[in-house]
Amino acid sequence: MIVEIGAFALILSLILSVLQTGASALARVRRGPVLAAVGEGAAIAAFFTLAVAFAALIYAFVVSDFSVANVAANSHSAKPLLYRVGGAWGSHEGSMLMWCLALTGFGALLAGYGRGLTAGLKAVAVATQGALGIAFLAYTVFASNPFWRLTDPPVEGRSLNPLLQDPALILHPPFLYVGYVGLSVVFSLAIAALVEGRADAAWARWVRPWTLAAWSGLTVGITLGAFWAYYELGWGGWWFWDPVENASFMPWLIATALLHSAVVTERRGALPGWTIFLALGGYTFSMLGAFLVRSGVLTSVHAFAVDPTRGVLLLTILGVTAGLGFALFAWRAPAMARGGMFAPISRESALVLNNILLAAATATVLLGTLYPLIREAMAGEAISVGPPYFNLTFTPLMFILLLLLPAGPLLAWKRADAGAALQRLWVAALLAAVAAVATLALAEPRSLFGAAGLALGVWLIVGSATEVAERIRLFRAPRGEVLRRLGGLPRGTWGMTLAHAGLGVFVLGAVFETTWKAETAEVLALGQRLEVAGYVVALENVAPVQGPNFEAEQATLRAFAPNGTLACMARPERRLYSAGGQTTSEVAICTRGLSHLYVVLGERRTGADGEPVWLVTGYWNPWALLIFLGPGLMALGGVVSLSDRRLRLAAGRRATPAMPAGPEPASKPVGEPA
Amino acid sequence: MTALGRWLAIACAVLCLGAASDPGERLADPAQEARARALFKEVRCLVCQNESIDASNAELAQDLRAIVRQEVAQGRSDVEVRRFLTDRYGEYVLLKPRFSWANAALWLFPLLVVLGGAGLLVGRWRSPQAESAALSSEETEALARLADDPGADRGSAS
Repeated sequence: MIVEIGAFALILSLILSVLQTGASALARVRRGPVLAAVGEGAAIAAFFTLAVAFAALIYAFVVSDFSVANVAANSHSAKPLLYRVGGAWGSHEGSMLMWCLALTGFGALLAGYGRGLTAGLKAVAVATQGALGIAFLAYTVFASNPFWRLTDPPVEGRSLNPLLQDPALILHPPFLYVGYVGLSVVFSLAIAALVEGRADAAWARWVRPWTLAAWSGLTVGITLGAFWAYYELGWGGWWFWDPVENASFMPWLIATALLHSAVVTERRGALPGWTIFLALGGYTFSMLGAFLVRSGVLTSVHAFAVDPTRGVLLLTILGVTAGLGFALFAWRAPAMARGGMFAPISRESALVLNNILLAAATATVLLGTLYPLIREAMAGEAISVGPPYFNLTFTPLMFILLLLLPAGPLLAWKRADAGAALQRLWVAALLAAVAAVATLALAEPRSLFGAAGLALGVWLIVGSATEVAERIRLFRAPRGEVLRRLGGLPRGTWGMTLAHAGLGVFVLGAVFETTWKAETAEVLALGQRLEVAGYVVALENVAPVQGPNFEAEQATLRAFAPNGTLACMARPERRLYSAGGQTTSEVAICTRGLSHLYVVLGERRTGADGEPVWLVTGYWNPWALLIFLGPGLMALGGVVSLSDRRLRLAAGRRATPAMPAGPEPASKPVGEPA
Repeated sequence: MTALGRWLAIACAVLCLGAASDPGERLADPAQEARARALFKEVRCLVCQNESIDASNAELAQDLRAIVRQEVAQGRSDVEVRRFLTDRYGEYVLLKPRFSWANAALWLFPLLVVLGGAGLLVGRWRSPQAESAALSSEETEALARLADDPGADRGSAS
C-alpha cells in the first residue's frame, strides 16, 4: 500500500510540475500575479509530493519489500539498516528519484525564497525549473520507475554491491546531487535572463548563492567519493581519471569558472554573456554526467547502452534541454550589453584568465573522456585515454592557473598595478622558494616535480593569507585598527581565502603523496614482518570474524615507528559477502600526523612448508590526510561565503541602481597604494 | 549514480589487491623492476574497464605484467616494449595515446582552447569602448535637451 502511495505521489509530482511550468509561463505572458502564485505553489507542492514518494521508497527498502523490483534487485534482508536506507539511492531507479527530489527541492526553494527577483525573471525561472523537472520526472515515471512491482516476488533480494556498503558512499550521492542539480537553478536563471534580455549585476547576485551551494555540494561529494576509493579499493589510489569521476569533475570545473565570472558580472556588470553561457553549461555537464554514467557508453566501449532505451532517453533529455538553452543563447545573447571595459592588467582580466584556463581544463577532461568514443565511431579504431594523458594536459593547465591565483585578489578592478600586487606577495614567494630548496635538499628520492608542487602549495596558502593581511593592514596599522578591520571583513572574503588556501593544502597533500609514496608487499607467515618507509609491520594473528552479512578473515598486525615505539595495531580484513559471492578488502589505516600507514591483507596462500601465509602490503602515504582536508576547507569556504549577509540580502530589494556603486569593502581596490 | 558506474569500472581492480607488487612476480634487479612498474601504469588491463595492469589482478593483467617484465629483463627499451604490446593488442592497450595525426585533436585541443580564449581576451582589450560609447539617438536627444535646460527632463517618466 505504502509503495502504491509512493508511485501515486511520484505521478502527482509530475502533474504538479506540468502545472508549475504552465502557470508560471502564462504568468510571464499575461503578467498575472495570481498565475505566478499558482506556479510557485505548484513548485512547492511538487517537492512535497516527491518527498512522500522518496520516503515510500526508503520504507520499502527498510522493510525489505521484495515484491518491489528495485528492492529485490538491490537489497537484502541481512543488510544493516543504514545500508538498506542507503540502498534506496544506490540503484539506477532510486538515484534518478533522488535526482528528481533535488530538482523539485531546488524548484521549491526558488519559488519560496526568490522574493527579491523581479516578477518576470522569477516566473520564467520557475517555469524553466518546472520544465527541467518534467523531463526527469517523466523519465522516472515511464522508463525507470522504482515502484514497479514483481508478479512473482523472490524470497530474498540480490543485495547491494558490498563495495557500496560504506558510510561514505551512503553520503556521497546526496551531496553530489545537491551539486549536480543545484546547477539546474542556475540554468533556469540563465534562461530567465535570456528571455528577459538582461543579465545585470542584480541577476548575477542571484546566480552566485545557487552556484556556491551547488559547488560546495559537488566539492564534498567528489571528495567523499575520492576518500571512499582511497580506503575501500585497497591500494591507496584516490583519483583515477575514470570516466565516472570525470563526469562529476566537469560540472565542478564549470561551477568554479561560473563562481568567478559571476563575480565580474556582479561587480562590474561585465561578461554577462559569458556568465550566462557558463550557467547553461553547468547543468548541461550535470546531465551529460547522468547520461554517461547511466547509459553505459563509457564503461563498456563496445555497447552503446547497457539499457539502450534509457540511454537514448537520457541522451534525448540532454540534447533537447541543452539544445534549447543554447539556441536561446545564440538568439538572445548577442543583443545583450557587453558591460564595463577593463585594462589588460586588472581584476577582471585575472578572472577572465581564470575562466579561460578552467574552460580549457574542462575541455581537456571532456575530450579525454569522449575521445575513445569519437575515434571509434569515426575510424573504428579503439584507443585508450588514461591517467598519463590527463597528467600531461590537465596538470600543466592547473599549474599555470594556481601560479597566477594569489595575484588575482590583490589586483584592483578596471586597472591595476601588477608590480604592486607582486610586491605584496614577496613573503609568499620567499617561503615558496625556501620550500622548494628545502625539498630538493632533504626529500629522498629527489624530485623536481615534488619540489615545484610543494612550492606551489606554499605559494597558494601564504598568497591567500597575504590578501587578508593586506586588507587588515597587518603590521602596518595599530593593533586596534587591525582588529577592527579583521572583524569587518565580509564572510565572502573569508570564504574565498579559505577556498584558495584549501586548494593549496590539497596541492601539498596530492604532490607529497604521489611523489613520496612507498610500498612493500611480502608474503608473511605468522610472526613475520615487512618494512615500509622505516615502519616495521609484524603479522601477529589472523582470525575469522563473522559480520552481519559477511564472513571475514581479520589480521592483527603490530606496526612499529622508525624509532622503535609501537605506532598502532592494524586490523585489516578480507571479507566474503555470501549474498553476491564478492570478496572485498577492509584496509587498516594508521594516521601518523598528516600521513597514513596503510595496511592491506591479501589472499591466503600455502607457504613452502605447508603453513598458511598471507600476502600483506604496507603503504606509506605521506601527507595523505591533506588530500581530503584541502577540499574540505574549500567546501567550508563555500559555506562561509554562502552565509555572507550580502548574498542573503536579495539583490532586487536594493534601492540603489542595478550597478553596485561600490561602497562595500570587498569592491574596494586592494591593489591601490595605501 | 556514480555508485553504479564506479562499481562497473573498478570491480576488476578490487578483486585484485596489491597485484603488481606481488613478491612472486617481481624481477630480481630493482632498477629493471622499477622500469617495469612504471610501464605497468601505462598499459591497460584489456578485460578490465578502465584499469592499468599495475592495479589489476585479472589473469590477463598478470600475463601482461609477466610479458612486460620479461621484455624488460631481456634489456628491451620502453619504446620497444610498447611497440611489442601494440603489435599484439593494438593501440587500445596504451593508456597514454600516441602522439600521432589521428590523435592530434586530442593533444592539441587544450592548447587551442587556451589560445582561442586568450585571443578573445586580447580582442576585447584592443577594441575601444565602441559599444558603450555610442549613444542611441534618443539618448543623444535627451542629452542635448539636458545640456540646454537641466530642468527640462525632470518629471518625465523614466
